[in-house]
Amino acid sequence: MQDSIRKFIIENFLAGKDDPTFKNDDSFLDSRVIDSTGILELIDFIEDEHGVSVEDDEMTTENFDSVAKVAAYVERKIA
Amino acid sequence: MCGIAGFIDYQRPVSTDILKAMTRRLYHRGPDAFGLRMQGKAALGHSRLSIIDLTTGDQPMGEPGGRWWLTYNGEVYNYIELRAELEARGHVFHTTCDTEVVLHQLMEYGPAGLEAMNGQWAIALWDNREESLLLARDRFGIRPLHYWRGPRGIVFASEIKALMAHPDVPREMDNESLLQVFRYWTCLPGRTVFKGIRELKAGHWAKLTRDGWTEQRWWRLPFGQTPTEMTEDEAADIVREKLRTATSLRLRADVPVGAYVSGGIDSSLLAALIKDENPGMKTFSIRFADQVFDETGYQNQMAEHLGSDHHHITVSGSDIASAFPRLVRHAEKPVLRTAPTPLMLLAEKVRSEGIKVVLTGEGADEVMAGYDLFKDAKIRHWWARRPESRLRPLLLSRLYPTSPLLAKAGRADYLHKYYGRWIDNPADRGFSHRPRWDTIVGVLGNYLSPDLGSALANWEGWDSEYLDGLPVGFDDWGQLDKAQLLEAETLLGGYLLSSQGDRPAMAHSVEGRFPYLDPEFVAAAAKIPWRRRLPVLHEKQALKGAARGVIPDQIMDRPKQPYMAPDAPSFFGDDSPAWVGEMLATERIDGLGLFDSAAVGTLVSKLSRKRRGQIGFRDNMLLVGILSTQYLVHEFLEGGLEPTGDEIFREAVPLGS
Repeated sequence: MQDSIRKFIIENFLAGKDDPTFKNDDSFLDSRVIDSTGILELIDFIEDEHGVSVEDDEMTTENFDSVAKVAAYVERKIA
Repeated sequence: MCGIAGFIDYQRPVSTDILKAMTRRLYHRGPDAFGLRMQGKAALGHSRLSIIDLTTGDQPMGEPGGRWWLTYNGEVYNYIELRAELEARGHVFHTTCDTEVVLHQLMEYGPAGLEAMNGQWAIALWDNREESLLLARDRFGIRPLHYWRGPRGIVFASEIKALMAHPDVPREMDNESLLQVFRYWTCLPGRTVFKGIRELKAGHWAKLTRDGWTEQRWWRLPFGQTPTEMTEDEAADIVREKLRTATSLRLRADVPVGAYVSGGIDSSLLAALIKDENPGMKTFSIRFADQVFDETGYQNQMAEHLGSDHHHITVSGSDIASAFPRLVRHAEKPVLRTAPTPLMLLAEKVRSEGIKVVLTGEGADEVMAGYDLFKDAKIRHWWARRPESRLRPLLLSRLYPTSPLLAKAGRADYLHKYYGRWIDNPADRGFSHRPRWDTIVGVLGNYLSPDLGSALANWEGWDSEYLDGLPVGFDDWGQLDKAQLLEAETLLGGYLLSSQGDRPAMAHSVEGRFPYLDPEFVAAAAKIPWRRRLPVLHEKQALKGAARGVIPDQIMDRPKQPYMAPDAPSFFGDDSPAWVGEMLATERIDGLGLFDSAAVGTLVSKLSRKRRGQIGFRDNMLLVGILSTQYLVHEFLEGGLEPTGDEIFREAVPLGS
């Protein structure tokens, strides 16, 4: 799951460049990888690709601020 | 309005052919007359758009003694009053033109004479006795002036394309200045995106002599003053009356003056204030084929209220894509939005209706505190007093109701994290502008070639380059005054008045006039307490008070709509013009060596799959910025620059040489 999320992030926000210094635990917002519209693109991707329906109150930095957090969230939802 | 060009060579005889080649490149700015003057070490050129004294106002203009020679682009609206004062001091005038007044004003007072001048100008004055050149620019930088200093003297011109007709002037990109555009929407004051080529900063003059170069600021936006206490009504009255005077002064011309009507309050108020003085006025609007950007209903309502002779153009995404190269050629720097392009198309319409001069509303948002950015900064300042608060940042969602993320309830979390980045340092001089300036910087490096990317290393130094030069006492100013100054000196001067102002209008020899930038209006506005400018989160309160009752309530009470045009999606799809593919082709990107072709390819394929509304600000700005840079370099470095399409140059006829 982390690989799928990471691939999306790299393709969509990092111009396709897989930068090894960008860790799966790094905060999207702190590292400036994603801006506010970017979070929406990420949610679209999860909903489309992984069949998850993201509820309003789940759109938190707890769930959506790093590759690892997003992967864990999706896994919880589809479990 | 006009174009000026020239050079000083202290060592070699000056060449008429070079001057002619330079001035020819400004034909679009002034197609009515063409003048060249060789005077000692100086070559002065002028392309004229006749507005005041149509018969005898030709330039370059000399005084009878033959010592002083002037080439000047602009208007000084209070020339009648200045002339009377000069006559009282013994000056004799031979024309009714403001040019002659400027010449005598500077002869009498030197650069100190600029302060009395109310208007917009780029000036070059040659003193043949002292062999010195004075360059000067208006307060806000409405009219452009660029120069290149070489070992033998100087080359100057309204536009860079004219400078580059001089064989000494290099054609090379300045990578740091180029990248600054991706941060500030313009390079910082004084810079251009070309190496060695400078712009004279707004509100500055400079003097070249055989011994050296002096540059001095003569005006700065008078914010940071102790406000005058006043009621809401008093503030509204001051704004209305000062604005009426400023607008009325800008009707001085020997040709009819038109007005732009966007459908918003700022432009509507100008036209309404002078409708009785300017009967039968022609007004002009941009409509968009795409409803999201369109304001036709409000524009028509306003035109009906004015009883004006109203004209419009309707612009589609494909119109923008076809005209965009021409816009870049005129703007002479990259742009991050396509919005300047429709203004160029509108200028074409204005000209075809026989109008050379239009009133326009730029400056209202900066001077009267209209932008969301000011509210954004205000909320963040308030939040910074309690940085741990989870509720204070929630107010930000009021500002961005169209952002689906921020509109959802319970987004305190994101707001806190995203905007909280800057919250610990409210004393930071750039506090108000950080969110905008940082929009792209986190990802920009991915799209750059290693060579251009290395110029990104110093981006924090760019901030200091500007912020360290702020006025003495700035740190003690109120936060709104600070934000307004920054906005006026960066985005207004370098982008709105330039890439989206003078350049697209002068592409079709149309002169914009800006009542909101009248020095007396601005001085009065700066004394209005911030509570009257931006109480709570009510933008432009004093201006709205002034407009209430003067323009229809429907315009007053409509939701504010920032002027925007179809962006990235315009360039893709079935009717995408060939130039887009050419500029974004891998070989061309690699050949120019500025961007990373694989990264740009990823961006393009992402964006071309999406429709409007699905594309974020950041991706949009990246695409438009990269595309405009590619075209700019093609045009300016690969030998374009000769007249194309609608710009047919006449054979130059030297006057008075």
